[in-house]
Amino acid sequence: MSILIDKNTRVMTQGITGKTGAFHTRLCRDYANGKSCFVAGVNPTKAGENFEGIPIFGSVQEAKQQTGATVSVIYVPPPYAAGAIDEAVDAGLDLVICITEGVPVRDMIATRYRMRGKKTLLVGPNCPGVITPDEIKIGIMPGHIHKKGRIGVVSRSGTLTYEAVGQLMEQRLGQSTCVGIGGDPVNGLKHIDVMRMFNDDPDTDAVIMVGEIGGEDEESCARWIKWNMKKPVVGFIAGVTAPPGKRMGHAGAIISGGKGTAAEKLAVMEECGIKVTRNPADMGRLLKSVL
Amino acid sequence: MNVHEYQGKEILRRFGVATPRGVPCFSVADADAAARELGGKVWVVKAQIHAGGRGKGGGVKVAKSLEEVHQYASKILGMTLVTHQTGPEGRVVHRLLVEEGADIRKELYVGMVVDRGTQRVTLIASSEGGMEIEEVAAHTPEKIHRAAIDPGVGLIDSQAEEVARKIGVPAASVPEARRFMQGLYRAFYECDASLAEINPLILTGNGKVLALDAKLNFDDNALFRHPDIVAMRDLDEEDPAEVEASKFDLSYISLSGNIGCLVNGAGLAMATMDVIKLFGAEPANFLDVGGGASTQKVTEAFKLMLKNPRVKGILVNIFGGIMRCDTIAEGVIAAAREVKLGVPLVVRMKGTNEELGRKMLKDSGLPIISADNMADAAQKIVAAVTVK
Repeated sequence: MSILIDKNTRVMTQGITGKTGAFHTRLCRDYANGKSCFVAGVNPTKAGENFEGIPIFGSVQEAKQQTGATVSVIYVPPPYAAGAIDEAVDAGLDLVICITEGVPVRDMIATRYRMRGKKTLLVGPNCPGVITPDEIKIGIMPGHIHKKGRIGVVSRSGTLTYEAVGQLMEQRLGQSTCVGIGGDPVNGLKHIDVMRMFNDDPDTDAVIMVGEIGGEDEESCARWIKWNMKKPVVGFIAGVTAPPGKRMGHAGAIISGGKGTAAEKLAVMEECGIKVTRNPADMGRLLKSVL
Repeated sequence: MNVHEYQGKEILRRFGVATPRGVPCFSVADADAAARELGGKVWVVKAQIHAGGRGKGGGVKVAKSLEEVHQYASKILGMTLVTHQTGPEGRVVHRLLVEEGADIRKELYVGMVVDRGTQRVTLIASSEGGMEIEEVAAHTPEKIHRAAIDPGVGLIDSQAEEVARKIGVPAASVPEARRFMQGLYRAFYECDASLAEINPLILTGNGKVLALDAKLNFDDNALFRHPDIVAMRDLDEEDPAEVEASKFDLSYISLSGNIGCLVNGAGLAMATMDVIKLFGAEPANFLDVGGGASTQKVTEAFKLMLKNPRVKGILVNIFGGIMRCDTIAEGVIAAAREVKLGVPLVVRMKGTNEELGRKMLKDSGLPIISADNMADAAQKIVAAVTVK
């Protein structure tokens, strides 16, 4: 088992013909069961064509009907990304993973508003995607650094997720699923949503939670963990040294109005019984110590 | 992106938000002419810099004659204004706003931000105008009132009126305050703002509601649809290193330490800064080279970091992922040669062909120190900098 995706998931790529979409669709198709998983592409101007054998459809609805795909991954450019999510939500997909970086916040506010009461889950935008190692990878993470196992990883940052996975591998610990929820202020699944899924997944034994400055998502997840989580969780928060008022790369990584500091987040997490480290090189060892 | 107060007010007026009449000025002569044109008996001469606390720093003066306007304009233009937001080095004032004086009866606060929790724009208002909202929140949180704005319908009448009453707007001025807040929301929404602060919003003797100050920030990701706002960018107000970095698609922020760091990915870049601090030193910058650490990008990043005279050593931390470590090593070596690197360089790479990459660094003949992991890298660069 795993969360969100497995080898039976069928995926369509929105933006399959663009440079990024093409490059990463190839890598995803070549990973584990990718050949059976990546079944469709969407591009309104190229319907009827194919991308290296993957059929391209004019709309998400059509791709869903024709191939049975229930998950989409989005690489379309920022001005059109929220519209692509809207289309996938309207087509009633189960899960949408938006990789695109730089989506305007106003667009995401409108998209999230439209998603109320709909069944579709969203991961991202501005995220590396989701991987269930040795089964399926949907996104831009390097597949080869992962291995199937029983540790869950949830993170707001891309390369820092890879770093956590790399450290787990040094401890000979594989992963059940790794979810990059993205660095934007208005997005889909948050730490708490993914944590709930890991809690319910019989094949996840423990979770690494990687956060960063900005917002209060880590705090609300920590409070939930305190009362509900049946499995050990370890954490790291990036940005202890970040100055207030400066956006540290990610649109969401900013300390504003004195809120969202790393120190504050770490304190709440510790209070809630989560083992935290202030040394980002120590995440894997710390996880091993709680098993 | 930030704009000046006078530019913010210009935008707000387009959406029906009332402000005092004023004229931006770039010289003392401009200021003299502006005061004559505005007429009246009282003027306010305001330094235009992208930082708050200008009044306390001596950058805002009330003039009661044309001579005083002249005098204050001469004094403020060109001065280095130090406020709690500029840092000790301050900012040189290049622009002024000369405004008509206002008959202030009451000072209030109205702001808007995107609330991540509700995923909506939130109106924040307080009766304590002229004070920093963070201070009010810390000491008298009961004086802060909020309203989450429904993206489908916008700021509705009853919501705005309720907030207006709660912050002490007298009944007769409530409709005008409501129109003010609704205009502010339309401006916020249509211009893709990320923050709007009217502090203070004032009530005048004849019941008018005016924005006496205006601070607007915009979502960088949405600037592509606002060329008029992009045209308001004032490079004098930005860190030259950050401006230079953005030309090469590098995300760079100057900090006060002495170890330059070059990392791929924002989260990993922050974590790298943190680990440097953990081992007793301070990072000189945040620098995210993005996914593809190409030779050209690494070279430009090195040049940028080395322009900072405080930098005594550089730490490169690249999680290869899809990019191979030998490609990264090639880039680092070429960049180090091109800039004739004279400070210690520690490189930590992770990913495919790690061994080959390390061997290339070793064989390059350059004084590059390889590290096994982030902690090892931080310890090595801190040691190298301390010895020097």
